[in-house]
Amino acid sequence: MNFDFSDEQKQMRDEARKFLAEKCPPKAVREVLDGKAPYDKALWKGLAEMGFLGVAIPEAFGGAGAGHLELCVIAEEMGRANAPVPFSSTVYLAAEALLLAGSDAQKQKWLSKIASGEAIGTLALFEGKGNPSPKAIKLQASGGTLTGMKKPVPDGAIADFAVVAARTGSTGRDSDISLFLVDLKAGGVEVKSLTNVDPTRGQAELTFKNAKAEPLGAAGDGWSILTQVLDRAAVLLAFEQVGGSDRALEMGRDYALDRIAFGRPIGSFQAVKHILADMYVSATLARSNCYYGAWALSTNASELPEAAAAARISATQAFQHCSKNNIQVHGGMGFTWEFDCHMYYRRANTTALTLGSLSYWEDQLIDRMRKKNAA
Amino acid sequence: MNFDDTPQEAAFRAEAKAWISANAPKQYEEELRKSSLGRTALKGANILEVAKAWQKKKADAGWACLHWPKEYGGRGSSPIERVIWQQEEGPFGKLSGMFIIGHGMCGPTMMAFAGEEQKRKYLPPLASGEKVWCQLFSEPAGGSDVAGLRTRAEKSGDDWVINGQKIWTSGAHYSDYGILLTRTDPNVAKHKGLTMFFLDMKSPGVEVRPIKQASGQSDFNEVYFTDVKIPDSQRLGAVNDGWNVSLTTLMNERMSIGAGVSTGFPELFDFCNSLMLEDGPAIEDRSVRSKLATYAVKASGLRYTSMRAISALSKGERPGPENSIGKLVAGSMVQEVAMYALDLQGAAGVLSGPEDAEVAGKFQAMLLRAPGTRVEGGTDEIMRNIIAERVLGLPGDIRVDKDVPFNEIPTKGRA
Repeated sequence: MNFDFSDEQKQMRDEARKFLAEKCPPKAVREVLDGKAPYDKALWKGLAEMGFLGVAIPEAFGGAGAGHLELCVIAEEMGRANAPVPFSSTVYLAAEALLLAGSDAQKQKWLSKIASGEAIGTLALFEGKGNPSPKAIKLQASGGTLTGMKKPVPDGAIADFAVVAARTGSTGRDSDISLFLVDLKAGGVEVKSLTNVDPTRGQAELTFKNAKAEPLGAAGDGWSILTQVLDRAAVLLAFEQVGGSDRALEMGRDYALDRIAFGRPIGSFQAVKHILADMYVSATLARSNCYYGAWALSTNASELPEAAAAARISATQAFQHCSKNNIQVHGGMGFTWEFDCHMYYRRANTTALTLGSLSYWEDQLIDRMRKKNAA
Repeated sequence: MNFDDTPQEAAFRAEAKAWISANAPKQYEEELRKSSLGRTALKGANILEVAKAWQKKKADAGWACLHWPKEYGGRGSSPIERVIWQQEEGPFGKLSGMFIIGHGMCGPTMMAFAGEEQKRKYLPPLASGEKVWCQLFSEPAGGSDVAGLRTRAEKSGDDWVINGQKIWTSGAHYSDYGILLTRTDPNVAKHKGLTMFFLDMKSPGVEVRPIKQASGQSDFNEVYFTDVKIPDSQRLGAVNDGWNVSLTTLMNERMSIGAGVSTGFPELFDFCNSLMLEDGPAIEDRSVRSKLATYAVKASGLRYTSMRAISALSKGERPGPENSIGKLVAGSMVQEVAMYALDLQGAAGVLSGPEDAEVAGKFQAMLLRAPGTRVEGGTDEIMRNIIAERVLGLPGDIRVDKDVPFNEIPTKGRA
């Protein structure tokens, strides 16, 4: 048994960490946070040059063809750096949907553009409040066009194309849903930026008015593809959450060592030590669940649905726990705009919701465990 | 990243599996499998006898104390082989409970500090379960603060004379030998005046009194020493160096990873899967599912954390303080799981008799045992200190008694 990343994969992690420390310091994150740019274009270009955007995209489609374990280690670093780029929407959602269901021509066209940093993609799934569900999809497809509304769409305002979930039937079954690819620059789509809790990852409303769309995957397969995309993205996003958890823990630890109160470093008080120990525990449990998810993802194991839900829940809890307690350890300073704590707090609480909420994934996990037990 | 054995590991596993399948006391398998924390008793059999017989059988065939050297009754196996054995031994491993302290802590301490002749004399019968050992560290005045202990050892010719009291001594009532930490110099700082010995528990002047615990069971004891004589040849380590000797003992505790800590989750999941509530099956209830999911990811997180530790072990790394999280997480989780399972039973949750209570009172027994788990081997708070100080590098607690001679340290709180 080797339940760990390989030396090469760890080397890639170090490389990504070094790159991001240089190109994505908190100052760069703040440019986007303060609204000076919709995302960090220079960083995005750099990530493409490093080969990180196409790390799990096959060489035939312009990627590095490394694999999903490699993508997991990059994802962790993206989360650790709180990178203000459309990585999760483009790489975990759009690219995975294309990899799973795209025709050769679609893959050739879009995956190579993703890998080279020329195209930003996203998944347009939600239509207002609620969790992933075929019933909630009202947007209509007919005659090769789409009509309806999607929100929130992650990075929707900067995306070049979207994978859109649309209704193509009225039987009341999951097979009513199909997926489509829409070139967002081709007209027929109104794009409106929405304010949100974490401005470093934008959200948008897309209104489709007879927008041209081409099918992605077979008609009626939309929901089944989406479920797989969400599971795969759940593992990858969980690695981002673990990266963020670790960074929040580090920030809290460093502050507790430096800050003196009552004549002692605050990290010498048990109340503070125990907060940090509990952060370590939740981050460690999440990391271990994520490793299992990474194994399942990279081997396409039948355990993936259960492993993905467990990684997602554990990492969501850990990131929320670590980011809120990091602020607590920082005391009043932690609540200032000037300190970086709130950037992780924002990111933790938005990533907790972007693929469906915690309670949604809890429900999914128990469903999947029951199915396995019954089998 | 993979879960596959190396060819060598696979061969070892196959050999272990075959031997266990041919020799384990299968008649107790189901009962052992179903037994949960606080309830490893066998109906119609003396569990001590069953456990000793299984241990002896393992020792005779070379499957006892796998990681110990062969000359002391072990097998000289690698840590990973030890983990494989534990996985294959499965529920029969629960029979080793009474030997854990001897095998995990006393044995390694003897190996590090006893003379060669003593090791050859005492270790093989410890490995084979013929002799049971206990660890005499904690005292009424020295629980988490072990170095605050007061049991005195005074030199008298070639012997030491012991007077004092120990407490929370697991298994002392059926132990043959023990390792004993004493104070030999009260005039120096508390960590500096301690000395370690091993002794025959049948020595004159040793009195063992079982403590009835909150759970109603009596696994622990008070042990009183009145002018007990121990020959100087049974001293472990130098005089007044007992603190360092005891650290070796406690470090070895961590080697026990991979044994699989009990979280109560599998029991709770099974229970919820079959339980009917007023409005339908419990497992269909949203709040039940949410609770279950939260416990599920803690349990799986622990399982995969231990797999990561095993991977590190197999690469030759030593287990570090980060392994403290197993006990910390599992301890409070068992307690919460038990409380939740009782909550789901409503008014009938108060019943604990095997005939009257749901699932034969399993969760009620778990509830009553759980507080002990959170305290033994270090309280939750001590575990958090270990993580904070040794993993995260935060400053140690302020110790006002650090350089104060032991006999000048205040012993009473409010006057």
